[in-house]
Amino acid sequence: MQKLVALLSGLLFGLGLSVSRMIDPAKVVGFLDIFGDWDPSLAFVMGGALLVSMPATQIILKRRQKPVLDKEFYVPTNKKIDKNLAVGAVLFGAGWGIAGLCPGPALASLSFASGGLLIFIAAYLAGTYVGKGIQKLQVTKAQQRLLNS
Amino acid sequence: MWMTDFLPALLGGLLLGTASVLLFLLNGRIAGISGIFGGVVTLASQWGWRALFLVGLVAGGLVYQLAGGNVNIEQVASPLGLVIAGLLVGVGTTIGSGCTSGHGICGNSRFSPRSIFSTVTFMAAGIAIVAILRLVTGV
Repeated sequence: MQKLVALLSGLLFGLGLSVSRMIDPAKVVGFLDIFGDWDPSLAFVMGGALLVSMPATQIILKRRQKPVLDKEFYVPTNKKIDKNLAVGAVLFGAGWGIAGLCPGPALASLSFASGGLLIFIAAYLAGTYVGKGIQKLQVTKAQQRLLNS
Repeated sequence: MWMTDFLPALLGGLLLGTASVLLFLLNGRIAGISGIFGGVVTLASQWGWRALFLVGLVAGGLVYQLAGGNVNIEQVASPLGLVIAGLLVGVGTTIGSGCTSGHGICGNSRFSPRSIFSTVTFMAAGIAIVAILRLVTGV
């Protein structure tokens, strides 16, 4: 049942990204181009999403101890604003601005992909492995510091 | 402008919000695409539901295309730009624990300070890089 929910949620998500035109890199760059020929329409995408998700999430967290089909809400426990979060957000934002692509739209438009999109997705995959490698290295270093102290 | 740009953006956004709420209310999971993708490609534990979510994500675009939706997409970056951008997005979302969906929609909906910080930062970085590229290329 949970698997079906995941599939359905993904389907709605892919539809939403397509309908909203987030899948068009030229439009995304136009949205970020506030000092140039600014196209503000994509602000309504996150606006519309939060309009549903914010009140619903707050109500769910207040009223429910657990989700309908599972034992717990899998919410991140790390509360610290640290260097990884900051550096990661800057790098991600830069990449998003250069190509007008973030992970969701890149994958949602895969079925009508051009060569350019495939290049982006291959590099995104490689970057994900590099990021995981960096995280592993950081964990190893932290463990060594603990051992040495 | 309203019918062609703002209304589709709003409708699409409402769908994204609904999809996120569905996954959270029923499965207790965060609809963060970079996190889900990272879990699948490293075959992390419980990658099954994540893989199915991605199948749905691709299928959503396909359904839209088959229904006659507007699939005109214009790449703005050169092949080299796409490689650099893809690497930055991969590294950045992995060490930064999320992207436009996980932080932008789900995290902000929980009023997570990390997600609010991330959203402001990646928006600012995106705006800055577009402005810089505009200056450099002079268009």
